[in-house]
This record gives sequence, structure tokens and C-alpha cells, in this order.
Amino acid sequence: MHNFVYERANSADNAMDLGHRDGAAILAGGTELLNWMRIGIESPDLLVDIRDLGHLDRIEEIEGGLRIGALCRLNDVACHPAIKRDFPVLSSAILQSASAQLRNLATIGGNPLQRVRCPYFREETVNACNKRHAGSGCAAYEGHNERMAIFGWTPECVAVQPSDPAVAFAALDAVVIVQSTDGTRRIPMREFHVLPDEDPSAHSVLGRGELITGIEISTPAPHSAYLKVRERQSYEYALVSAAVTLDLDGETIRNARIALGSVAMRPWRLLATEDLLVGKRLGSKDIAEAVDAGFAEARALSGNAYKITLARNAALRAIELASEN
Amino acid sequence: MSHQESSVISEKVTRVDGPSKVRGEARYAGDQKVDGQMHAVPVLATIPAGELESIDAKQALALADGIVVLTARDMPRLHPDLDNITVPPLATRHIPMQDNLILYEGQVVALVLAPSLALATEAAKLVKPIYRTHSYINPEHQVPQSADPARGNYSGSGPLDWTKGTPDAAYASAPHKVKSIYTQPSRHANAMEPSAIVAHWHDGQLTVWDSMQHISSVQITLAAVFGLSIEDVRVIAPHTGGGFGVKAFVWPHEILAAMASKVCGKAVKFVLTRQHMYNMVGYQPQMTQHMALACDEKGQLAAIRQDVENVTSLTDDYVEFGSAAARSFYACDNISISQRVKRGNINLPTFMRAPWDGPGSWALGSALDELAHEAGIDPLDMRIRNHADTEPQTGEPWSSKMLLECYEEGARRFGWRTRPEGGTRDGYWLRGFGMADCSQGQARFQSSAGLTLTAEGTAHVASSFCDMGTGPATIFRQVAAEALGLPLSAVTSDHGQTGLPAAGPTYGQSTTISTGNAVLMAAREIKAKLAAHLQWPVAETVMEDGCIRRNNERLSIKDAMKLMGMQEIASESTFALPGGAYVDMGAPGRPARSFGALFVEVLVDPDLGLVRLRRATGVYSAGRILNPLTARSQITGGIIWGWGMATMEGSHLDPERGRWISRDLAGVPIPVNADIPADLDISFVEEFDHEAGPLGARGIGELAATGVAAAVGNAIFDATGARLHDLPITPDKILGALRLV
Repeated sequence: MHNFVYERANSADNAMDLGHRDGAAILAGGTELLNWMRIGIESPDLLVDIRDLGHLDRIEEIEGGLRIGALCRLNDVACHPAIKRDFPVLSSAILQSASAQLRNLATIGGNPLQRVRCPYFREETVNACNKRHAGSGCAAYEGHNERMAIFGWTPECVAVQPSDPAVAFAALDAVVIVQSTDGTRRIPMREFHVLPDEDPSAHSVLGRGELITGIEISTPAPHSAYLKVRERQSYEYALVSAAVTLDLDGETIRNARIALGSVAMRPWRLLATEDLLVGKRLGSKDIAEAVDAGFAEARALSGNAYKITLARNAALRAIELASEN
Repeated sequence: MSHQESSVISEKVTRVDGPSKVRGEARYAGDQKVDGQMHAVPVLATIPAGELESIDAKQALALADGIVVLTARDMPRLHPDLDNITVPPLATRHIPMQDNLILYEGQVVALVLAPSLALATEAAKLVKPIYRTHSYINPEHQVPQSADPARGNYSGSGPLDWTKGTPDAAYASAPHKVKSIYTQPSRHANAMEPSAIVAHWHDGQLTVWDSMQHISSVQITLAAVFGLSIEDVRVIAPHTGGGFGVKAFVWPHEILAAMASKVCGKAVKFVLTRQHMYNMVGYQPQMTQHMALACDEKGQLAAIRQDVENVTSLTDDYVEFGSAAARSFYACDNISISQRVKRGNINLPTFMRAPWDGPGSWALGSALDELAHEAGIDPLDMRIRNHADTEPQTGEPWSSKMLLECYEEGARRFGWRTRPEGGTRDGYWLRGFGMADCSQGQARFQSSAGLTLTAEGTAHVASSFCDMGTGPATIFRQVAAEALGLPLSAVTSDHGQTGLPAAGPTYGQSTTISTGNAVLMAAREIKAKLAAHLQWPVAETVMEDGCIRRNNERLSIKDAMKLMGMQEIASESTFALPGGAYVDMGAPGRPARSFGALFVEVLVDPDLGLVRLRRATGVYSAGRILNPLTARSQITGGIIWGWGMATMEGSHLDPERGRWISRDLAGVPIPVNADIPADLDISFVEEFDHEAGPLGARGIGELAATGVAAAVGNAIFDATGARLHDLPITPDKILGALRLV
């Protein structure tokens, strides 16, 4: 294996300093970094362990919402009383992620940074994958693409963003707080991941030496739900998922936010649908029409036309589930 | 069995290997350490077809001292003795690193040895093979061919073409008929413990610690590779962490490890990674089965046609005899089968749980359900009507068969006759009910076991069988304890190594029936010896409660032995097959097969294409059940295995590059606990099968995995009205069949 140096950062400044060095990688829960190092996706020279940044492992009330420290373990976030009460979509998305063991170790700040699960990306010997070697092409585009994107893909990359919590965060208009030696950036989760038309080799907008310190969510969304569709009932990535938050006036939708997972390289908001749903009655035919409108720009690959139907039905179902919460 | 009161057979005895495994004390092949050992990591071909032009190992060798990079030119040539070893037990005639030809992606082109695994792994990444590529032949796209008997012996283990009666004419004139094509993808076994071997030469003798399913196969094959006498190869395998057929035969990595050890003069440990398990050992091949069935107005089968194709490598013709189902399951005067192969640049498939009848029962069990619906007959009545009272191929009587009783008991337990209509709603779900036959031919292997009774009233079983975690080490102690009238705690055993009486393999659900019978015979021989010493007629002699008894005369084992002036009595017995055969499928004229009926309720979400298992009832006819605990465990494991086959598992080749994609457990879903209802309802209709062997038992390990996919597919049809012909039945296919896509 590739030898590396292990350092434990004693402050956020120290972490950013170390993280800025050549070949550095930040180590939080480590559940994904270990995979990368095993497969050869990353061969860091320096691991910067940030576990001692104690102030990052808390969930704090901020004005009009919550700030979740980046080092909070997934299960701690999912089981937090305020999250369960006010943000069931997030709690549910987390509890449907990974396995209980992984959720006890993995952090909420690290989770949206996991890389695509595309089998061509995850191979030990890579043939064509722009996310492994920029410019090498995309074997999945004409290969086995049953689980790949239906929105926002290009022939240069058809992979999908796999994090469940990121989808819930996108529906909640969450903001990722990022620090670097240059200062603090606030990035909406909806814009945190990079679509291939912008850069097929990129995963997120996070730059070298930048550290996620927390994620902020604001308006409580008690009428919200996360639906995850997968062949088996646990420990499996989504075929598609749907996160929905509803602001209801009795049976009428005042406002809706819908994000789909595993359909694009970022959590995919159905903005056209959200606009059309305003003022519509739950259970009416208008709901399905509104959802259909959100799929106008969906494009199937050679092997995944079913995902358009599946994602549409999942969105519809998630609206129902959110209204029942 | 005349002395039920002291019986330890039929008791729920927990596995003797359990505590050591729970404590982490059990030492598997990869746990072995030999002083100075080297770790081997292979360099695998990244092209599916071509030639190796050269290998640049400079960077790898420069990484650290003590690194060895072996290429074809460094390896010893295969000894001509290997020509005398058939394929199987040699898994494939094609041993890599003997020439420069590359026939499949993942073929070993070089072997890196280093004092640590980390170093060997890093060095292997730095080895740079240079290839000349040939055009790739994708086996899945090839025209089916007749199997060639010169390409290994797999094709000789069953009929490649067979016809009884006039199936085409009967089909044409029958009032009800169905014709359909069933497919399934290749599947890899992914046993918990990957294949692993430690090879060590000392004074011209070879010792291997190996993860495997048959000691003798490894011993004779490795001896032949090097032209050694069999006694010069010692094989040790106290535990095998699951095999599922993939460790049944001798694969190239076992030979390469032994060669590498010989070349470098040190012990070599070669533990395959999960990724290696996709290319370096076998898998169940991708299959296409063409089915045509017809029946009369009453549902009596008029014709069965099962034409089966499977992919295989360019190196050997592996034939997956799915057509065993058409030849064996149902009474019919007109049956026709064929087996063809599709060759390409791919590693060789192999027997995997459940071979032959597993895939065969998926196609036949589904097609019969289609025919039942076409004829308007309940699927269970259809099966009762077509019950094979005798073996359909030969007309010979079965060794024993209680399938009709299984149907009745299963229907009663499941509530088949009073089930709700298929498609009944439960929230978002549609309920569906399905059933199918489980059935697997019974292989029996010549098998030997030794048994020693001591004056202290203890006994010791010795036989070379492998225990893969399924329970033979436990069951054979039970057999010996019961036959000698001893408590289970008084019996110990040795297994899993050469130098012991040679047991048959641990595959084909044959272990209990083969080695178990040998143990029982050895115990009877001891009893006969004791009786002879005491001058008692054997027929009047009983061993029970640590004593030997004849009518009212009763002696403790200790006293009896003292009287005879003996410290111990030893015997060795062989469960020999008629005609000196090494393997058969039951006694001549009395074919043996295990049977069962599986009933399932599934839930289908028609909007999301999801399918879930709500409950299952399985009732099985497998002769006498020796240990209800391990038997139940085998069956539930088989049903879960079948659920994976039915609804999620598949290994796919990249169509351009000829490589398996998703070579790990993150990319290919297999069932998890959350998928399986807690109360799988398992039971047995027990009988004493006198014809199958003196123990009265038959096998269950493969049986359990048969019929599951068909029962599930039939239940999905019941729920939705959509018939799925392609495994696995995933959301895309369900939505497609419901014409939503």
C-alpha cells in the first residue's frame, strides 16, 4: 500500500492548514476514505484527522433553525429530538442510509462528499471514467447504465450522486458552511454538487483546503417525507429516492419542495413541479400533472428508461407520505 | 432403529464448531502462518483476449528488497501426470502462466511475492504488462453449440440430448400449451471466506492449508501437477468458510501458489480478494431456457420440452444441466431436452448452489404455472395430477418419495386452499401467492470413515471430510454416538486433512449420505467385533447407555473391554457404491432424489416495482432428518439464497470490455436480514429411506435453493397478472411487465 503520514488537527485553522498541503486528505468518519484508498481512487500522502475539533460535533439552535456540526455522527443527527420533530425528511433519509454500524461512524459533513457508486468508477483497474482520470471518457454511457442518471447527464458522465441526506438537505434548502484559510463560504446544498456539463471530473464545489464545518437548516418541515426505492430493504443505495416537504393550508398546498435522489449528479429539485403545486389540493389530479411537468427535461440512457417512471411515481408517493406526516 | 430411547440422532444438537467460531479461535486457511512465508498477489489481465507481449517489473522490484515477480517463464511446467486427472476435479485444463495466451479478463499473468501483504499488493500495482489484443468474443452473443467431450468432462455428466415419446406431435395436438423463454444472469457465490491457500514445501513434500470442499481432489491434483506420489502431498482444511460449489474443484490459484512456493523456496500464502473471486474461481453461468409444455383438459402433461443454453469459457465446456428438471420432475410420456453451450472470452463457470435443478426448477416451475393458468387449473392440483410416481426418465421406482404428503402438509400450513385472491390490496401493496416444486438429484460418493471405541467408553471419528459450516462434524458424532450407545459428549472427531480415511466431497448435498453412512457402518463393525468377542449373536446385541446388552446380560463398555483384554477397538468402513462406482445418483434401479414444496406470499408495489417476501412455508421430503437444527438452517439458507436469485442477484459483463462489473458486495445486492420474514415455516415429512443408504437420510443442502425463484415468480404473477421470464425480478422489469414503462 501507499505509505502516508497521519496527523491529528488540534484546531480548525490547523486542519485547514494541513488540509491545504499537497496530497492531503481530511479524515472524519473514514468510512468512504478507506474505500477510496483500498480501490486506488485516492492515494493520500497525508491524512488529517479532524476528530478532535470538538465544537463540530454538536447540533445547535440558530435563529430560525438548526446548525448541525460537520462531525455529528449520522445516527446522532437522525435521532435528535428536534430533527425528528421538525425535519422528519432528514431523519428518515439518514436512517435509510448505509447500515447501523456505518451510521454510528460516518459524519454528516462527510456524507455528501461520498463519491459516485458507478461500478466503472469503483473499479480497481479503470478503463474509461472521467471522474477517475479526466479525459478518459465514460464507459457507463454505453455500458451498463441501468442505475445511472436521467437528468443533467452528458456523454462525459452519467453517474448519480448517492448520498441520501444530501437529497433531504436539498429539499430543505440547507446551506453547507465551508471554511478555508480564505474565510467562510455558504453554499446551498442544491448547488454543492457539480453537474457534468460544468465539469465531468468533479464531484463537488469544495476546493483544496476547504473544510465543511456544518450544515444549516432553517424552516421546520413537519409535513415532510423521504422515500427510498431499492431492491432490498436495507444497506443499499437508492434506485431513486424522493424528498418532499409540504407547507399545507388544510388540504391545500401552500408551498412544496421536492428533491430527487440517484437521478442526477446532484439532488434534483423538481422546480417546475414545485411552482405548479402551489394552491393545489392534496389528492387531486393536479398533483400528478404537476409532477409530470417536472419530468419534461428527463432523458433516459440506453438502459434506464424505467427510472423516469419510477422517479415520477416515487415523487407522487412521497408527496402523499409527506402530507400524512 | 430399535433403540429410540438413547437416540441422539434427531436431536437439536448445536454445532461442535460453533464455540470456536464465535470466539474467533477457528483457524481458516488464510489464518495460517509459516515462518518466512511470502504473500502472493496476482497481476491480472485487463483485456479479455490477446497475448502477453512482455512484462515490465522494474518498478515493482525497486519498491523494496525481497520482492519477487514471477512470470510464465519462471513457473515449472505442468507434469504429464496432470493429463490423467480429469476435469473435474481439476476445475479447468487451462492453467495460467504456462504460456502467453490470454483467454479471459482477470487471467493471472504474473504473481508478485513479498514478505508482507501490503508490500505485495503495492508491488503488484506497479507491474506493467504489455498486451497485444485479439478481438473479444462475448459469450452471451454467441450461437449455441454442441458441447465437445474433449473440452473437459463436465459435458459427460448428463445427456446433452434426450427424447422420450413424441413430444412435438403431442405438443401440437394438445388443447393447452405454453411456450416461453426463461433467462437468468451469471451469479457469483461470494462465500464469506474467499478462497485461500498456504503452500509449503519441505524435503520434496508439499503441505497446503486450503479452503476447499474436498481434501482428496486437492491432494491428487497437486500431486499430479508436480509428478509427486500422493503421499507426498499433505492437505489441511479444518474449516471452510462456505463454498457453495466454488471451492469444490481445484482452481488455478491453488496450483500457482504451490508452484510459487516451489520456485521461491518459501511458504506462499495466497488469499483471494473479493474482486479475485469473480475471475479466478467459477460462478453459475448465464442461461437461456426454451420451454414448451402442453397438457390435456384435465391438466395431465402431454409434452415437456426444455432446451437449455449456458455460457462457458473458451477453455472448457461447462454444461449447466438445467434440463435435469424436465427429466425428473413430472410424469409425462413425451419429454425432450437439449443442452448447448455458448463459448467466449470469459472465465469458466462451475457448479454453484443449486446446480442443475436450481436453474432447471426456475424455468420448469414457472412454465408449469403458466400452463396451469392457461388450462384453468390450480397450480397445486396441476402438480398433484402430474406427480411422478416413478422416475420419468427410466420408469424405475424412487428410493423413497413423500412429495404428495409435502403438498398436503404445505397447503395446510400455508392455507393454500383458502388464500385470498391474487392482487388483493394491502395498502400500497398487492398480495400474491405462489408455489413450486423443490427437487434435487441425490449424488452419493464413495466415502470412508474410521471409528475407534476406547475402554473408557469414548469414541473417535476420523475421516477427511470438509465442514463448510453446514454441520457434518456435528452430525457424524451424533451418528457414532447413537450407533455405539454413547452420549454425544463421549464422541470426538478429526476431519479436514489427509492421512485420515478418505471421505467424499462436501458438495451436491452428498456429505451426510456418503460419509455419514460410512461412520454408521464403522460403528456397526465395532459392535460386531464386540459381539463376536463376547460370543453373542450380533442381531441380539444392543449398545445403549454406555453398555452392551444381550437380553438381560449387560456389561459396561469398560467391563466388556477389560474382559476382552482390549484398550480400544478400531474399525474403518467404506460406503462403497454398487459396481465400484465413485459416484452415483442412487442405488441401481432405485434413483434417489430429494423433494419438497415451497409456498410463498409476496407483496408487490405496482407503482414502484418493488417485491417483498411476506411469508414462506416449505415442506420437504429428504428421508430421515439427523439434526433438525442444522437441517432447518440449511433450508432457510437455501430459501434466502433463492430469494436473492429471484429478486436481486446478477453478475454482468461489460459488453465491450468483457469484464465483470461491480466485483464486490457494494455493487451487487444480496438479501439482508430486513428482506427475510422472521418466521420462515420449515418442516419435513420424514421417512426412513432404506434404499438411499443405511442411515435412511438423503441430502437437503441443494434442495433448499431449488424452486424458490419459480415460487416467487408465480406469486408475482398472482399479484399482478404479469409473467416475468427474466431473473432477477427487479423494479425495472416489474414496471416493464405492467406496461408502465
